[in-house]
Amino acid sequence: MLGLGAARLEADMNRLMALLFHQGVLDEQFMQLQQLQDESSPNFVSEVISIYFRESEKLLKNLRSLLADRECTDYRKIGIHLNQLMGSSSSVGAKRVRTVCLAFRAASEHNNWSGCLRSLEVLEHEYCYLKTKLHELFQMEQQRVMAAGARYHPLLS
Amino acid sequence: MVVCCKGSALSRLWKSKDQQVQQLKHYQPQNSKGGGNWRKKFLFLGILLGVLVSIWIFLSMNANIIARRKETLANMCDERARMLQDQFNVSMNHVHALAILVSTFHHGKNPSAIDQKTFAEYTARTAFERPLTNGVAYALKVLHSQREEFERQHGWKIKKMETEDQSPVQDDYTPEKLDPSPDQDEYAPVIFSQETVSHIVSIDMMSGKEDRDNILRARASGKGVLTSPFNLLKSNHLGVVLTFAVYNADLPPNPTPEERIEATVGYLGASFDVPSLVEKLLHQLASKQTIVVNVYDTTNSSAPIKMYGLDVRGAGEIHISNVDFGDPLRKHEMHCRFKHEPPLPWSAITTSLGVAVIVLLVGHIFYAALNRIEKVEDDFREMRELKVRAEAADVAKSQFLATVSHEIRTPMNGVLGMLQMLMDTELDATQQDFAMTAQASGKALIALINEVLDQAKIESGRLELEAVPFDVRDVLDNVLSLFSDKSQGKGIELAVYVSDRVPEVLIGDPGRFRQIITNLVGNSVKFTEEGHIFVSVHLVEEVKSSCDFSNQVIRDSEDGIGMSYNTLSGFHIVDRWKSWENFRMFKFSTEASDAINLLVTVEDTGVGIPQDAQSRIFTPFMQADSSTSRTYGGTGIGLSISKCLVDLMGGEIGFVSKPGIGSTFSFTAVFQEGRKNLGDMRRHHPDPPVSDFQGMRGLVVDGRCMRAEITKHHLQRLGIHVDISLNSKSALSGILEACNLSGAGHLDMVLVDKEAWGEGSGLAFPRLLAEFRQNGLMKPQENLPKMFLLATSLSPTEVDDLKSAGYTDTMMKPLRPSMIAACLRKALGVGSKRQREKGQAMALRSLLSGKQILVVDDNAVNRKVAAGALKKYGAEVTCADSGKAAIQMLQPPHKFDACFMDIQMPEMDGFEATRQIRSMETKVNELIKSGEASSEMYGNVAHWHIPILAMTADVIQATYEECIRCGMDDYVSKPFEEEQIYSAVAHFFESGTVDSVS
Repeated sequence: MLGLGAARLEADMNRLMALLFHQGVLDEQFMQLQQLQDESSPNFVSEVISIYFRESEKLLKNLRSLLADRECTDYRKIGIHLNQLMGSSSSVGAKRVRTVCLAFRAASEHNNWSGCLRSLEVLEHEYCYLKTKLHELFQMEQQRVMAAGARYHPLLS
Repeated sequence: MVVCCKGSALSRLWKSKDQQVQQLKHYQPQNSKGGGNWRKKFLFLGILLGVLVSIWIFLSMNANIIARRKETLANMCDERARMLQDQFNVSMNHVHALAILVSTFHHGKNPSAIDQKTFAEYTARTAFERPLTNGVAYALKVLHSQREEFERQHGWKIKKMETEDQSPVQDDYTPEKLDPSPDQDEYAPVIFSQETVSHIVSIDMMSGKEDRDNILRARASGKGVLTSPFNLLKSNHLGVVLTFAVYNADLPPNPTPEERIEATVGYLGASFDVPSLVEKLLHQLASKQTIVVNVYDTTNSSAPIKMYGLDVRGAGEIHISNVDFGDPLRKHEMHCRFKHEPPLPWSAITTSLGVAVIVLLVGHIFYAALNRIEKVEDDFREMRELKVRAEAADVAKSQFLATVSHEIRTPMNGVLGMLQMLMDTELDATQQDFAMTAQASGKALIALINEVLDQAKIESGRLELEAVPFDVRDVLDNVLSLFSDKSQGKGIELAVYVSDRVPEVLIGDPGRFRQIITNLVGNSVKFTEEGHIFVSVHLVEEVKSSCDFSNQVIRDSEDGIGMSYNTLSGFHIVDRWKSWENFRMFKFSTEASDAINLLVTVEDTGVGIPQDAQSRIFTPFMQADSSTSRTYGGTGIGLSISKCLVDLMGGEIGFVSKPGIGSTFSFTAVFQEGRKNLGDMRRHHPDPPVSDFQGMRGLVVDGRCMRAEITKHHLQRLGIHVDISLNSKSALSGILEACNLSGAGHLDMVLVDKEAWGEGSGLAFPRLLAEFRQNGLMKPQENLPKMFLLATSLSPTEVDDLKSAGYTDTMMKPLRPSMIAACLRKALGVGSKRQREKGQAMALRSLLSGKQILVVDDNAVNRKVAAGALKKYGAEVTCADSGKAAIQMLQPPHKFDACFMDIQMPEMDGFEATRQIRSMETKVNELIKSGEASSEMYGNVAHWHIPILAMTADVIQATYEECIRCGMDDYVSKPFEEEQIYSAVAHFFESGTVDSVS
């Protein structure tokens, strides 16, 4: 019963991953990230992702405040923030977030305030979507590990 | 006409120019319509002009004819008048002479020497002298006082000329019936007369009015005097009478008229019968029929008297000539006119009509031509419009295809992904089979769609080529490995040869280049059942100059005799020179630049292409014939895509094929030469470590020199020095010699082709060697070279036999350096200590395990990921979040083996940090060198240089150069890729490990 649940969970995870890949939310880099996770660092992916979320939220907040006032917007700073966000996004394989960042950066290079604002909104939306989905995924992962642990390593849990 | 021609020519010229400049202007049609109208107007003007010219010609010719006619008439008339006048004068002179004769012999002599009889005889005999007179008579001047004496002396009365009744003179005119002359002051009775006018003897000339006037004028003037025309007596003809006065001898010189009258003694008269006279004259002249002649006395100009002439109505103009008969008081004129109407001026009519007809004909021709031109122009416009529409439709089609293909691809990827996931679930055998079939079909569909997409992209001009550095040899090895399964399965030889002159690194689009070669080789594999497929790459310049070039592989291999040709597999092949002889690059010398022109040839011994299909082989969706697709499958789009790609690469593609013998496809492509060791080069494999085999010696034993040459080529790429033996005897002696030698001549490996001298003969080679040894010709020695067998296919039994035969291992063709290297390494034990054959991950692990690595990145996520990735390979990772921290940590002495440095960091970026680290190191190194500080102080390291690898997301050349400039060693792109880390890290750590091990 429990073993079956683990299998189902794994299938669900695969489905969700496939969906995210198909939508272009994630790319191969995320797979590579998963490959890096092994016995020596069992929570590697979730650690990386939580760092990513922390950093990104900080950056998004900064971007929001930078774009608050139309008159004194520091586009150079926006560019730096965006580069950081892009770098970390490509590291975790958040493809869509990265694409939106690219558009955002183009807008900031042209000092296009309204374009920046629009991009920021899209970016926030993408980010939220990614966050929800990844949380979902990790939840499943956790359940699976627990289930698998209960199944195969009863002594460990 | 000329104007018309010029006009149309000009307008045509202008138009064509116009068309060239403005291809698609809408006002063009109106313009050309206007031009057409203009030309027509010119034409009609020209025709009108031509007709006018013809009329003018007619008028001028006609006028000319009339003038000539007039002139002729005048000439004839004058001629007649002159002749008449001359003859008259002659007669008058004679009459004058007669007068003098009478004066001399009648009055000068006493008694008179002349009587009537003498006079008559004389005048009759001299009548020929006066052809115009019909008679002469002499009348004596008799005063009234002398009348009676005179009448008595002559015996007759002086008679009056007219009868009382004044009736016209009768034919039966007799002087006897005339009345005697009434009394008058004086009389002029005729005393002598010519026979023809003897009837007037005794008639008083003074009694006739005309005669009287005449006599009076003649004796006053002393000259011949003419009467006006009147009907002559008796003959009743119109005539004139000429009268001369006869004076007595004592006439003073220059006498006054009174003196003359006084001295007059008689009168001599001569009658001229004008009509007969003129008639006679005209008879003497030619062309008397053509003109009508009238002679008039015009003394009284208001009422001219007709002296001669018929009443025939002449036609046309009258010409008038004056005739002078020597009497100043009388005026005579001759009127001439043509008898007939002037004939129609036929020459003028025909000439002008001819001109008019020619003008009309030419006009018609031009009109027809204009119409034709107009029609052609209309057609041309229509065609151009259609062409534009067709092109637009073509582009639309391509775009449609591109869009649709793209749209199909996206859901197909979903389908394939889901199928893959479905196959990962628990399925029974049948379900698995279904799923696999579905997936295979899906993949085929994707492949087809990709091809269609390519084609459409190319056609709509949206395909753009990359320009990145790549290694041609790598690309070819890659393609070969793709087809190695198939070629081994079919048992055909597959080989590649890249000329040494082709640079290692080229800049171009490796993906598309690979696509072309894959396509060509794929076709060849598909259509070849036995024999070989041979891919060769040369520089165009090399092939061009290969007449005197001794490269065995380029040189044509048609010189084979008998069944075995000097080709890769011994099969006959087509003459591949023909496949590229039409290429532009071969015909014209290419401009000298850094462009590299490659000539790639794919030759096979397949079924060949039927002659009739060869012309449409590059047309999309066209296979040789429909049965081809049934037999071999495929859509036939590949070649067309290849052609387009080759065009895009600035090259040409060509082929030569003979059914039953094979085909050879050649294409050229233009690349730029790239610099070696570019950091951002796309590496398919890490380069096989050449150094492992450097300096080794090998012997290739193969009866077929082409094949041996290619084996040699691949071994040389690994740095092995290779000799070739074409027969077993020389091979054996070569091995023997090498074994006896030591050092430089030492032989490390012998590669024998399985079919060196025929089917399976290579297998037997070691046996020969063994026999050789047993015969004692060779001392048993330890260092016998390792034997390798080269084969396209091996049966399981043959595999079993190998070891017993004496072979160390087998190399399966197609030969690839990586594969050869692996095989050699296994057999010779080279490089085994590094476990390279276990894969890169293991290699990387071995390289990195236990290494202290510093990762510098301000981005926590990236830092974490990089650290994770490196940790996976056993490295011990320390992180630093800024350039400053990194500098702090890398102050010598430190424990780190390498540093991965992010370039884009706030405050201090990667370049600056590296610069500072390098300056720090230099300082320390100088201190150690100068002995100011012992190396113990710095951890026993004599020279500090930490490898710093840049991490960056944007992989562009400028970045790479900047990295090198500020002292970095290499760089890896983010996100990490295993291969890249391997190739970057291996560079630094290999030498280190080798050092530490050795």
